[in-house]
Amino acid sequence: MTAMGKDLELGKDLIGLEDLSREQILGILDTAEPFKEISERKIKKVPVLRGQTIVNLFFEPSTRTRISFEFAEKRLSADTVNISSSGSSVQKGETLVDTARNLEAMRIHMVVVRHGSSGAARFLADRIPSNVINAGDGQHAHPTQALLDLLTIRDRFGAIEGRRVCIVGDIKHSRVARSNVTGFLKCGAEVAVCGPRTLIPAGIEDLGVQVFGRVEEAIEWCDVLYVLRLQLERMQGGYVPSLREYNRVFGVTSRRLESAADDMIVLHPGPMNRGVEIDSDVADGPRSVILPQVTNGVAVRMAVLYLLAGGRPELAESAKGRMP
Amino acid sequence: MSRPLLIHGGRIVDPSTNLDEIADVLVVGGRIEAVQPGLAGPEDAQRIDARGLVVSPGLIDVHVHFREPGGEHKETIRTGAQSAAAGGFTTVWAMPNTDPPLDDPAAVGFVRQEARRWARRGEGGARVSPVGAASKGLAGVQMTEIGGLVEAGAVAVTDDGHPIADPVLMRRLLEYTQAFDIPVLQHAEDMALSARGVMNEGSVATALGLRGIPNASEAVIVARDILLAELTGGHLHIQHLSARESVEFVRMARDRGVRVTTELTPHHLTLTEEAVQGYRTEAKMNPPLRREEDRQVLRQALIDGVIEMIATDHAPHHYEEKEREFDDAPFGIVGLETALPICLHDLVVSGDMTLSSLIDRMSCAPARAMGIEGGTLRPGSPADIVVFDPEASWLVDADQFRSKSRNTPFSGWRVTGRIRRTIVAGETRFEDSGSTT
Repeated sequence: MTAMGKDLELGKDLIGLEDLSREQILGILDTAEPFKEISERKIKKVPVLRGQTIVNLFFEPSTRTRISFEFAEKRLSADTVNISSSGSSVQKGETLVDTARNLEAMRIHMVVVRHGSSGAARFLADRIPSNVINAGDGQHAHPTQALLDLLTIRDRFGAIEGRRVCIVGDIKHSRVARSNVTGFLKCGAEVAVCGPRTLIPAGIEDLGVQVFGRVEEAIEWCDVLYVLRLQLERMQGGYVPSLREYNRVFGVTSRRLESAADDMIVLHPGPMNRGVEIDSDVADGPRSVILPQVTNGVAVRMAVLYLLAGGRPELAESAKGRMP
Repeated sequence: MSRPLLIHGGRIVDPSTNLDEIADVLVVGGRIEAVQPGLAGPEDAQRIDARGLVVSPGLIDVHVHFREPGGEHKETIRTGAQSAAAGGFTTVWAMPNTDPPLDDPAAVGFVRQEARRWARRGEGGARVSPVGAASKGLAGVQMTEIGGLVEAGAVAVTDDGHPIADPVLMRRLLEYTQAFDIPVLQHAEDMALSARGVMNEGSVATALGLRGIPNASEAVIVARDILLAELTGGHLHIQHLSARESVEFVRMARDRGVRVTTELTPHHLTLTEEAVQGYRTEAKMNPPLRREEDRQVLRQALIDGVIEMIATDHAPHHYEEKEREFDDAPFGIVGLETALPICLHDLVVSGDMTLSSLIDRMSCAPARAMGIEGGTLRPGSPADIVVFDPEASWLVDADQFRSKSRNTPFSGWRVTGRIRRTIVAGETRFEDSGSTT
């Protein structure tokens, strides 16, 4: 495990991977290693964040991410409160500034925020002294998703540097794609995207990414195929003619994977549309690391919570037994 | 009637009479009486020492939003007119997208009367000319009673903020307005192509995860409306150009003799999409700030005179309205009090444009293009005059604005040129006691 120096400490918040150096990103992954084991214990709880209060502030519906954060928080013994937009003061017209000020007045330690507007997590972080973790802001970023993906790839290949990663699907509307492009590039991978041109955002090449028009080319090229969910509303938006057509042209099928490298792996951030962007025999097949991604999600989020609370990465192992 | 006025010893820069020399200006009865060196003036004249300062025709801005009626927390006709005077403007055109909109003669008349009422009370600023709505309720369907609006004081029509999408309505407007010899002002944007975008489309928007507005969203309407102006012979004025492609179409229109005029804002002249980084809502405007290539093309077009005028699109918003998620913040920035110094700094100090040409773009050209009074110091003209220090360097501080709103991306900028006095019809409407006596 590499030790993280003082200058590699995270700031107050985790908003996007663009704010972190490669060393900081790898430092988070290193810190996640000892936390993996907690979830394998019979009694899955350590007192690392005892006495810390964390608000999970979800302005957008989320199942997977919210539950993953909640497990991470609870397994570290934090006190948590969940706020979702339905039934909250947000529906009564409260502004984000006021929501932030009210939370602060309750003397909390951290906020995990999911919001439909790009930049909302940064907006909140700039206005309250608590730590803010971005659990997804609009189409901008979803940094803990990218971190768990990086951890999963590192688990399989030992290193991320030099690997070829291709993200397939709706890049235009995906915060997961943006955070992963940033994270993969920072960690020294070669990055490509692939999808219908209607779903490739303008200027993506300027970010250092190559674009494949055909999924067959992408599959031959990459070591890691990262399949994105096709939101069903994209059809109504006219971006793709039909789900059947999407599957026909861009679907990741076992037949298409025949031309892939032997050790190529397939990731998906979930929830999957089986038979649309990915076929079941791929999702459940030997190349799939989709469930390990979910498991790693809890460990990575524990690491982020621990580090933002002031924990030292090199002490993570021993911290599991006591307060940080 | 006000006292005679003798502005002496200033550098007279009046492109309308090809004047750039030290001389005196005599104002009698609210009109320019004479411009020449060594004027004595009548005994009772108020003498204004303009030595070391520039004396020019007052600036004209054909694109401002004063929010009244309906948005008085952002700006009122009184504060807007005062803000304009503080920026050296003597005439501004107030857009009709108020609440209710200026789509009937009474509403148009209200704006004009309100400005005059404050002027009579000694709290006036620039002259405020109302622009009428082109369609009822700005809905883009039924033409307003344009004849009635003109009688009530409207100087043009527009649905600004709600681009006229229907080409048939646009054609009818360009035909119908010819009876009154007024222009149709168009915010050129295809809303379907803009697809609820909030900034320029491109790599910056992609990295920020913000929805983009492509250049084509503006340029397709510019092209369409130029063709309609050619078809009808009407006067089309395209507001706030932002895309380099638009300039190509305007150039083409010029060559073909189409009656089209255009404007450029000080912010599209000086800023690019990079200003949005960090989700800065004070850089959120429509049309959006574009790329450097666009900025260069627009800037050159202004220098060449293809774009004939500067307009600010002064769009005040309350602090709280901008202090929110980028997607939800309103478009627009204030511009009246920074326009001249920003343009002076960018164009004249850099040596790319003469001071005289800049005064043309900000005063004479709009008067000429729109066929209105002002924009000249020719004897007999209304005494609408700006006196400014072309070399004073200062830091923009939004808290000092006369405007009710502070939403500017230029806070903290070091700029050149400071307004010392603004005179409307021979009456001082703004004075910076700094160095004028």
